[in-house]
Amino acid sequence: MVTSLRPKPGPARSYRFPQFKDETLPTGVRLITAPVTKLPLATVLVLVNAGSTNEPRGKEGVAALTAAALLEGTTRFDGAELAEKFEQLGTSLESGADWDSAFLKITVLSSKLEEATRLLGDAISSPIFPEREIERLKAERLAEILQLETEPRGLADEKFSEFLYDDESRYSTPDQGSIVSVRSLTRGDVEQFYRSNYNSGGTTVIIAGDISSENARNLVIEAFGKWPEGSSQDQPQSGKARRNRKSTHIVNKLNAPQSELRVGHVGLPRKHPDFFPTLVMNAVLGGLFGSRINLNLREAHGYTYGASSFYDWRRGPGPFVVSTAVESEVTAPALREILMEIDRIRDERISAEELSLARDYLEGVFPIRYETTAAIASALATLSIYDLNPDYYDSYRTNIHNVSEDAVLRAAKTHLHPELLQTVIVGDAATVRGSLADHSLGEVTVHDA
Amino acid sequence: MRIPVETSRLENGLLVTLSEDHTAPIVAVNLWYHVGSANEKIGRTGFAHLFEHMLFQGSAHVSSNEHFELIQRAGGTLNGSTWLERTNYFETVPSNELGLALWLEADRMGELLPAMTQTKLDTQRDVVKNERRWSVDNQPYGTFLEKMQELVFPASHPFQHSLIGSMDDLSAASLDDVAQFFATYYTPDNAVLSIAGDFESAETRQMVNDYFGPIPRGKTRPPLPPMDLPPVFGERLRELVYDSVSLPRLFMAFRSPVFGSEAYYAASIISAVLGLRRGSRLHRSLVRERQVAADASAFTFDLAKGTDLLVVDVTARPETSAAQLEDEVEREIDHLHREGVSEMEVRRATSLIETDLTASLQSAGERADRLSMFATYFGDPALINEQADRYRAVTTEEVNEIISERFEENNRASLLYVPQERVGSEHVLAAAGTA
Repeated sequence: MVTSLRPKPGPARSYRFPQFKDETLPTGVRLITAPVTKLPLATVLVLVNAGSTNEPRGKEGVAALTAAALLEGTTRFDGAELAEKFEQLGTSLESGADWDSAFLKITVLSSKLEEATRLLGDAISSPIFPEREIERLKAERLAEILQLETEPRGLADEKFSEFLYDDESRYSTPDQGSIVSVRSLTRGDVEQFYRSNYNSGGTTVIIAGDISSENARNLVIEAFGKWPEGSSQDQPQSGKARRNRKSTHIVNKLNAPQSELRVGHVGLPRKHPDFFPTLVMNAVLGGLFGSRINLNLREAHGYTYGASSFYDWRRGPGPFVVSTAVESEVTAPALREILMEIDRIRDERISAEELSLARDYLEGVFPIRYETTAAIASALATLSIYDLNPDYYDSYRTNIHNVSEDAVLRAAKTHLHPELLQTVIVGDAATVRGSLADHSLGEVTVHDA
Repeated sequence: MRIPVETSRLENGLLVTLSEDHTAPIVAVNLWYHVGSANEKIGRTGFAHLFEHMLFQGSAHVSSNEHFELIQRAGGTLNGSTWLERTNYFETVPSNELGLALWLEADRMGELLPAMTQTKLDTQRDVVKNERRWSVDNQPYGTFLEKMQELVFPASHPFQHSLIGSMDDLSAASLDDVAQFFATYYTPDNAVLSIAGDFESAETRQMVNDYFGPIPRGKTRPPLPPMDLPPVFGERLRELVYDSVSLPRLFMAFRSPVFGSEAYYAASIISAVLGLRRGSRLHRSLVRERQVAADASAFTFDLAKGTDLLVVDVTARPETSAAQLEDEVEREIDHLHREGVSEMEVRRATSLIETDLTASLQSAGERADRLSMFATYFGDPALINEQADRYRAVTTEEVNEIISERFEENNRASLLYVPQERVGSEHVLAAAGTA
């Protein structure tokens, strides 16, 4: 039968993140180009420093609305025509905004790249923001919010942010805006937001794919020639927590067969010096399939289909969160296991096997992450958004490799805070409430969805 | 654009496909077993998928969960998935770890049973029940797949029952079932192994021979019951689902030509004309112009046996009633059936599909998966290189011919979700239900 001898790995072949050129064009636009010639395809990603954290107070959602509205008509084409033009070229096209930036992204065959990029330049430089389309996009966002009421995963994420962050932090409200804020947005708000945030100084254009840096440069200069000059500033983002003690919030969903759980606290900003030790620590805690939390909840107990933990890295301090869904009856024991795992990784050094699993995984999987032009463009976007060193990707694996057991323990002790944990349960309050009493989860309150 | 494809067959029947690409030091290993929920016995719905979970619980020389650990330790990614017609298992690893991935797959194909225990089965049963709660029972519209299967396939048809399975059937699954299913379906002559990425052909073939060669061929498998179905339903099918959802949502299905057939490509283009991206008909008409829908799309199931299904998926805006939503979609389909589509629409669809096809071939894992798919369904992995040409060869006339055959009233099946809270205000639907 099959040999019992496990094969040993051969010598590893070297890998380098695709080489790229990073320059500032005369107009002030930052241009990053990474020629990748594997297939006749390219991705163009336009990043603008116009994310949700740049929104004026009360205008939550205007960043996303503006990014979406860029595709709804220019001085030359209306929205339907623009979609038709892009799609006749076979362009896969997306626009949107998250906390830290707004983006437009196309992936297209290289034979159509020039034409598609010119259209993209047109969309972003001369939008007309038709009133009717703005109102339609608002209505679509409101429909999305309404859907959350019956969608436990999204609802749990949203409620977690709301219970976690203080009102003064933009992170307490959904990045795409709330019912109240989105309803109040007007065409004027969109235009105003566009004028103040969309300019050359706040823009990075990234092209990854089958085109030389020189041709990409000429193309961008031509396609984004009408781009207004100006500079942009990052808004420093408060990550102030709403509470300074742990507490539990049940969002009642009658007869829910499962409880969606979110347990966590305010985490760290992306540029924190402890990024690497924290990344490795989280991989051991809940970041991998073979992590403590997943093996415990799924493989040892069969409580769940999957459980994980992550730091949501943003410019400001995004959340640290453990996320899972468990059968309603085992809500209390599942929470107990999660708290136990958070305590355990703070109390004792992880084993050498655990450390090597996390490090070897993160180092080894690195080249697998950058197989596509879209993935390479996203990686380059990360450099730009968080202002990371140009050699970030070349030194990534060394930085992972240098994390020790002690550094992991230090990261766990410094950056995990059991006394501040906020727990959100979207589930059947009648089933879960009673069992939580003696679980040291802090004060328990029940809310409507 | 063509990728290299090299095909051979071991003496035990295992079909092996290799596709070299040395641009990055990574390699994908992908196995398709030609068994899915369609092969399940009565009273064992969900078993093919539960069995997929058991394949990660160790084998003769691999302990429980070690498969995951060894691959992740090697810096690789992995998973498996179950569908009506097949089950697949896949890893992408640094190229110097190809041997490990092949050996792990061979060990569980050859000697799974020594590692199976009642405790492991019980735990994975609980995990799968939680997967069902998570993705079906506690998720809005999560019952779509099983309700659609039930609505559109005749009672005895192998595609008619639930893929994830009922709680009762999952509870009934035993270790004997595991042993029997393994012996019947997890044999080299019922599998395809594809390897794509950075490897040397001769050395790799040697490894495949060494690891998989000793595994014995299987015995005869029970044939699937007759799968063939007429090209249309023959009547208007309709089901209302009152559920815990916020907005009405309509899934309208049509029987369409099986995956891989000449006519499939025309049907796939119709699906893209109707619902691929913002320039598609349904998006332009129902979302942009008439503003009755919040979202609209269309897709095909890509079933290779019996019949395929083309599905239109439209979610209402809050102010649109379920009845109104159905009328609006119906009107679009009537219009399509009457007038057909234009050359421009076909061109838009084909261009988008071609970009997506090319983009998908960037990843080694995706290449290997498609090679396995074409090898499993048609015995010919090289079909991967003919897809773009096949789409380009489709004429507008061919598309319109399929439309006139397949979009009549008697080939429409509506699965309409209605928010529970609205039941009172939408009683009119019940009356319309039998129309």
